Amino acid sequence: MTTITDPPQGAFRLSMLINDTRYRSYTFQFIALIVLIASAAFLMSNLFANLSAAGLNISYEFLRSPAGYDINQTLVEYTSQSTNARAALVGILNTLLVAFLACVTATVFGVIAGVLRLSNNWLVSKLMSFYVEIFRNIPVLIWIIIIFTIMIAVLPGPRAFRGDDPAASMVFDAIAFTNRGVYIPAPVWGPGSLVVVGAFLLSIVGVFAYRRYATKLLYDTGRLLPMGWPSLAILFVPTLLVYFALGMPIGLEYPELKGFNFSGGIKVGGPLIALWFALSIYTGAFIAENVRAGIQAISKGQTEAAGALGLRSGRIMNLVVLPQALRVIIPPLISQYLNITKNSSLAIAVGYADVTATLGGITLNQTGRAIECVLLLMLFYLTISLSISAIMNVYNNSVKLKER
Amino acid sequence: MSDTHAHSVAFVRTEQVPPSPPPFTTSGPIKWSRDNLFSTPFYTVLTIAAVYVIYLILGNTLPWIFNGVWGTSSLAECREVLDGVSGGCFSVLTERWNQLLFGFKYPPDQYWRPGLTFVLFFAAAAPVLFFRLPRQLLLFTAVFPFLAYYLIWGGTILTPILAMVGFAAGYMVYQRFVAGSFAAGFFGGIAAAFVVWIIGGMLIPDSANENALLSAVPSRDLGGFMLNMMLGVACVSLSVPLGIALALGRQSDMPLIKWICVIFIEFIRGVPLITLLFVASVMLAYFFPPNTTTDLFLRVVIMITMFSSAYIAEVIRGGLAALPRGQYEAADSLGLDYAQAMRLIILPQALKISIPGIVNVAVGLFKDTTLVSVISMFDLLGMIRGPILASTEWNGVYWELLGFAALLFFVVCYGISQYSQWLERQLATDHR
Repeated sequence: MTTITDPPQGAFRLSMLINDTRYRSYTFQFIALIVLIASAAFLMSNLFANLSAAGLNISYEFLRSPAGYDINQTLVEYTSQSTNARAALVGILNTLLVAFLACVTATVFGVIAGVLRLSNNWLVSKLMSFYVEIFRNIPVLIWIIIIFTIMIAVLPGPRAFRGDDPAASMVFDAIAFTNRGVYIPAPVWGPGSLVVVGAFLLSIVGVFAYRRYATKLLYDTGRLLPMGWPSLAILFVPTLLVYFALGMPIGLEYPELKGFNFSGGIKVGGPLIALWFALSIYTGAFIAENVRAGIQAISKGQTEAAGALGLRSGRIMNLVVLPQALRVIIPPLISQYLNITKNSSLAIAVGYADVTATLGGITLNQTGRAIECVLLLMLFYLTISLSISAIMNVYNNSVKLKER
Repeated sequence: MSDTHAHSVAFVRTEQVPPSPPPFTTSGPIKWSRDNLFSTPFYTVLTIAAVYVIYLILGNTLPWIFNGVWGTSSLAECREVLDGVSGGCFSVLTERWNQLLFGFKYPPDQYWRPGLTFVLFFAAAAPVLFFRLPRQLLLFTAVFPFLAYYLIWGGTILTPILAMVGFAAGYMVYQRFVAGSFAAGFFGGIAAAFVVWIIGGMLIPDSANENALLSAVPSRDLGGFMLNMMLGVACVSLSVPLGIALALGRQSDMPLIKWICVIFIEFIRGVPLITLLFVASVMLAYFFPPNTTTDLFLRVVIMITMFSSAYIAEVIRGGLAALPRGQYEAADSLGLDYAQAMRLIILPQALKISIPGIVNVAVGLFKDTTLVSVISMFDLLGMIRGPILASTEWNGVYWELLGFAALLFFVVCYGISQYSQWLERQLATDHR
């Protein structure tokens, strides 16, 4: 607040520190600084007194010592002899994995539910509001536990797949849903598979190039090239040709029942699936509300104006409504992604080995380094959050309405 | 009309024909379902899919609910009664009802105390939630925290009375000095309260708890849904004033105060609540003076309050930013100082704008109180996952228990959000 004061009269007096608005803020800040330093000193002296009483010190040496425990899902090489730092890295990668997967599926759920909630179909829109209200008003921890319970209590054990007339069977003979996790086929990379992957990447570039060319042609000459099927053709035909020409170098290894368990294929653990699905369906409900609000924020006049210009409904959506709605939708969407990342720390409730469970759970309990572990954990989440908000700020500035 | 035609024309209607009803396909339920369910082939497919989904959900849950068993004492007995028919075993709810609500350690003969507190809570919350009620009721709201503390924790009545006297002394000093300067009143009030507490703390004998009217219940014996309610109510009501202070601090012109608030808010918002709960359970004890013990409940309340106050501060900052600049300038031109301008002009409007956001934070916070089960406090979810599902009688009764917990949270959270929408309509004083 700005307050105009009388011009200075005479020399500086001590009472001006309180009464003169020019100096008062310095007084307040000085008091605040003293209070801050005093409380920090009080807390620190307590900390060191307590630590020395317990015979502890602050040290990060434990990160280099062997962890001594196994982790059920590791994306990088890890044994129980690896260091605690390695265990934390495994946890970080697991956190990022489940956060990424959940962000993708939550967006899909949320966009579908948000759009359907606005549809003219009474039954579907009611069903979608039901979904949104149910999932938004029940704690995510309960959802995680419910879905994990479905995984372990309802899905059959591997032994149900045995025998001539098994109680359970694999979906398409390729995917097995068991209470130990879901087994899916794993790709086998034969010689020449790199060429196929390279061809696929090149076709993706080709699709973008074609679209760019078509847009340029449209703006230059007004000729409209078809977009849909040529894109699909460019994407798949060359890759398939190369794939068959090289004699099908990429195969699939199907999971097989051996003894009491499945072997081969990729095992996606029950905790990962429970966490992934629960986070995506819970956050999907929030994203649905953001999408609905974003679409409703675009005034009807925009749609009508686009219709008056002669655009078809698909074009109206793509060229007029969506670009404006995205400006409203994306900031809350990104903060939902942030929420997913933070909520993924609930993994500890279902035994998924994310960074909270490895660094903040087992490592903390085994080494007793509570302060160090919790500080490192906070540092990790803080880094993620601050980088995502930095990205969000850049985006917000780039799409901000350019006004006077 | 003249009546000349009456003779030349054989028949002329003298009155208007009543409109015939529209064809039955363009009115009533058929038209409605054509418009709303089967308007295009795509919508027809969607409708059929939705009906199938609803059939799947209801077909599985309705028999399970209606065949439910309510009166057995273990899962095995319940399965005998059901005899292979699909049905819920709701007797776990009736048998463990008290544990679900109060935890497994709260003394059973004292259950009336949290029960009474719960009823009184509505009386205390009513004047805050509904502005039409007589304002004198707020006096009871002011007394309620001390009463609730006394009822739930018990022990000597001197403790809550002393706390109340401290607040009353602080308030009187504030009233005495606030006319001169807000800062003098505010800090004088705080100082007076502390003086009363310190002197009173010396006067209360250590043995006061032993022959108290209501037996003392330690915090670690609290549990069940009661714990969720207590954490939710305590933390939300504590974090609103803290959030206002943080929001004002963030808007301040003084760089030091501004940066303290910014760092606090961004730090708290950047970490998950569960790491803050870890701080409460394993780390916070190191920061208290040596040889003092602070119970886990208080530490958790401190951390959750910090957590939600950061979010509430952001909501209120949005409200402050939404006020037109002219309001600030008008307050200045009236010659109000900072405290007066904030109290009389800015905050009443900014808080009104922020109400939906604050309610959102409150709902989220109430849902997040289930997280305390991770640091082995036995709230509703902790009771279900710990003592009840681990007992031999009820090992395997997942759906009834989790469904009950989900229903309880849904009712509370949905109720709060409906209230917030009602309040928004009540407070809408602009012309639409």
